[in-house]
Amino acid sequence: MNRNIQIKAAVIVAVILVCIYGMIGLPKSKADVVANWKKNIHLGLDLSGGTQLVMQVQLQDAFKAFADTAIDRMKDEFRKDNIDFTAIDRNDPNKLEDADKIEIDVKGVPVTKSAAFRSTTAEQFQEWVLTALNSTDYKLNMKPTESLKLKQDTMTQTMATIERKINGLGLTESSVQPTGRSDAEAELLVQLPGVDDPGHVKQLLQTQAVLEWDDVKDGPFNTREEGLAKHGGVLPLNTKLVATAPVSGQQAWYLVSRSPVIRGVDIRDAHASQDQSVGRWETAFVLSQEAARRFEKYTEANIGNRAAIVIDGQVISAPTIQSRISDSGRITGAAGEQEASDLALNLRAGSLPASVIYEEERTVGPSLGADSIQEGFRAGTAGLVAVVVFMLFYYKRAGINATLALIFNAVILIAALSYFDATLTLPGIAGIILTIGMAVDSNVLIFERIREELRTGKAVIAAVDAGFSKAFSTIIDTHVTTVVSCAFLFIFGTGPVKGFAVTLVIGLVANLFTAVFVSKTIFDFELSGKKQVTALSI
Amino acid sequence: MELFNNTNFDFLGKKWPFIILSLILTAAGLVSLAARGGPRYGIDFRGGALVTVTFAQRPPVDKVRATLDSKGLNADVQEVQGKQDDIIGIDVRDDLALQAARQKIVDSLTGSFGLPSNGKYNVNSGGAGALADHLRDPLQAAGVPVSDQQLNDWAAAIMDYRTHHSGLIRNLDDLKSVPGITPQVLNVVKQATYADTLAIVATEVVGPKIGAELQRKAVLAVLYALGGMLVYIAFRFEWIYGVAAVIAVFHDTIITIGLFSLFNKEISLTVVAALLTLVGYSMNDTIVTFDRIRENLKILRREALEPLINRSVNQTLSRTVLTSGLTLLTALALFLFGGQVLNGFSFALVCGIIVGTYSSVFIASPILIFWHNFVEGRKNPGGSAVSVPREPAVVPKPVKEKAKVSRSAAKTK
Repeated sequence: MNRNIQIKAAVIVAVILVCIYGMIGLPKSKADVVANWKKNIHLGLDLSGGTQLVMQVQLQDAFKAFADTAIDRMKDEFRKDNIDFTAIDRNDPNKLEDADKIEIDVKGVPVTKSAAFRSTTAEQFQEWVLTALNSTDYKLNMKPTESLKLKQDTMTQTMATIERKINGLGLTESSVQPTGRSDAEAELLVQLPGVDDPGHVKQLLQTQAVLEWDDVKDGPFNTREEGLAKHGGVLPLNTKLVATAPVSGQQAWYLVSRSPVIRGVDIRDAHASQDQSVGRWETAFVLSQEAARRFEKYTEANIGNRAAIVIDGQVISAPTIQSRISDSGRITGAAGEQEASDLALNLRAGSLPASVIYEEERTVGPSLGADSIQEGFRAGTAGLVAVVVFMLFYYKRAGINATLALIFNAVILIAALSYFDATLTLPGIAGIILTIGMAVDSNVLIFERIREELRTGKAVIAAVDAGFSKAFSTIIDTHVTTVVSCAFLFIFGTGPVKGFAVTLVIGLVANLFTAVFVSKTIFDFELSGKKQVTALSI
Repeated sequence: MELFNNTNFDFLGKKWPFIILSLILTAAGLVSLAARGGPRYGIDFRGGALVTVTFAQRPPVDKVRATLDSKGLNADVQEVQGKQDDIIGIDVRDDLALQAARQKIVDSLTGSFGLPSNGKYNVNSGGAGALADHLRDPLQAAGVPVSDQQLNDWAAAIMDYRTHHSGLIRNLDDLKSVPGITPQVLNVVKQATYADTLAIVATEVVGPKIGAELQRKAVLAVLYALGGMLVYIAFRFEWIYGVAAVIAVFHDTIITIGLFSLFNKEISLTVVAALLTLVGYSMNDTIVTFDRIRENLKILRREALEPLINRSVNQTLSRTVLTSGLTLLTALALFLFGGQVLNGFSFALVCGIIVGTYSSVFIASPILIFWHNFVEGRKNPGGSAVSVPREPAVVPKPVKEKAKVSRSAAKTK
């Protein structure tokens, strides 16, 4: 065996070892092999079973909240600077596309104060652009850079919150990511492997658990109309009417302050607990330091008044404040342990900064996933075995080359998927099938070429060399063409099309290595030992 | 062993019957597409809700449809192909509020075909966690000593059993065979739960907006990919080769989509993956033939184009038959035994491999000849070369003149 072949053989062995390591790591026992394999080879939801959700984040919610906070601050600042105004309010964009059309209107600023007003808004509210409507009224719009930043922040925060909520359920293999569609910046893709009943998760995500502790101004009323009528058909400034959750068709309405005393973000911790005396489940929460100080001041000043605990726009309870409360509270009224602990999880995870709408939901039961793997695998194996048997029969010794190259190709492909942390999905398997087809084709091309060369009367070694080098140009052309098309599929395609392109490119590169380099080396090795080669088993 | 040795079939002489066959197939497909108002898209592409249900005893499809109809669900109910006959796919096309549609389907099916719960928990719904929750108290009440870990293991084992039995526990007594489920435990399981006679094995809900978007993206990606291949082949060969290869591949895709329409099969995302695969196969096949033509053009400078192409096709014949045969073998195995999920996928592959193989010979190669003759015809308008020679090309044409043209074909464009 000459030195050249030795080097080539060393390269091949090294690649094999790296690949095997990529697939099963360094196993210490048989069980390790299986465990590492499962850890390294990620199956997509269509194969393993699970749920996939595509959701659209309603960014306008975040814009409204942002404007509300700004309005609160403005009131404080204007009071501090002695700037009078008759009204300050915002518009109410309801569609995602209108999110950045958010606008704050300030009315009735005396002309004498306009300079002070301008300088205060310019200094304190740099996110906003001020436009005068007339001598006393103004509107504020968000700067484009700021609204972009708010969008991005909202998406990041939403993703982080969803992740926390899902992880809180123990679904640690789940993932949350943008869908990556260029014209759908507000879309998220949530994948939940192994979850075949997404109802609970969706409910948990859907429950925003936007907790507010509101000051009750008036109520309860039996209907919304009654509440309105009492105030002459117009709600007092900065208030809203909120209903309780319907209990056997009955609802009560409260008039509460629009800016809450504490919000979800003020909550430091929450957990479910059981009332020792009655055995009812409740959710206890602890406030952050800063919020606790605020809360303490508020409760002290409002003893005897009613407060409303509002979750997701529904009054959960409207207790009367009995005493000063500082940093902790309890929410009662849960139907059972699950409800109480779900609420606790939601409060802990924080609320989503904006609500979400589901655009897509796919659930593949694990049994269907298992069936399709099993059947597909069985059929694929049967097909492959038939191919191998035929190659061995048709090409004899050279068929062994082809078979080795084919197996090696599959090994490299799977190992590469493991190294790239890629997920194997059904379209990915389509890519593998095409890879195998092209691998078989490469071998057939080479062998047929060698046979042709042999027929022209060439010596065996020369025929092998000529066969490989002539087939090589064809193989390069077919492979590069396919790689070029994969590049386009990858750039312009969506999820599944991309998955197909990725596996195919990996497979083709592996095939160039196995069908050309490895197979040639095996031929060289076989031929190098003999002094005179007169016949080739092909 | 050799199948083909020095064959000399006159493929291009027989191109017309094949071209006509292609035209008929294409026309049939297009007519079917027109008659059905476009391809039958899966819910991936058009939006909707699809629920796949396993029944212990499958009710007649009509009855399922009637039940859903009476609930105001305009649903398409069908048996799922390639699967034991106990699965039905239900597809709601209405643009209902999609989440509500899913729940409504599930509720009306369990209401009409399932068993009453009588306050028990359905083991054919939910996962291991929920099952454990529903068994905890009854086990305690029955005085079965159990740790949380043990309980979770049991629940997981029961779910595992369900997974390996098509997602449906038919009879709670079957659970005897599950590890850890002693007769005592089984008694509690039977008290606290029941096994419904149907189970939802998969649901898909796709908003119409996303569907349209996916459709547009998939078509665009494929068109760009075809363009990319055209440019590369034009660069490596000549531009007419690129055009011929792309037309051949396009022809394969159209025929396959037409066949999907003729057999009333759905085009889903997986089928798109298969179409991509067949584009790959067909392109591969065409390039192998072209490569041989290019090689022969260099060696056999005196030969006319048509016999030269014929010779090239013959030289690559054994490779073509072997490769296509072997890949077709695998695709057929997938089609026949690959299960319902892969059915559409493997159908596209089988069609694609057959059509893709013959299109290299009978579509792509003739385009080269037509173009060649067209260019030549323009060069000497009075000449006889305008018409396509029907005679076997073995009959030599004015060799010298032709050879000159074929060599200078690149310049004449």
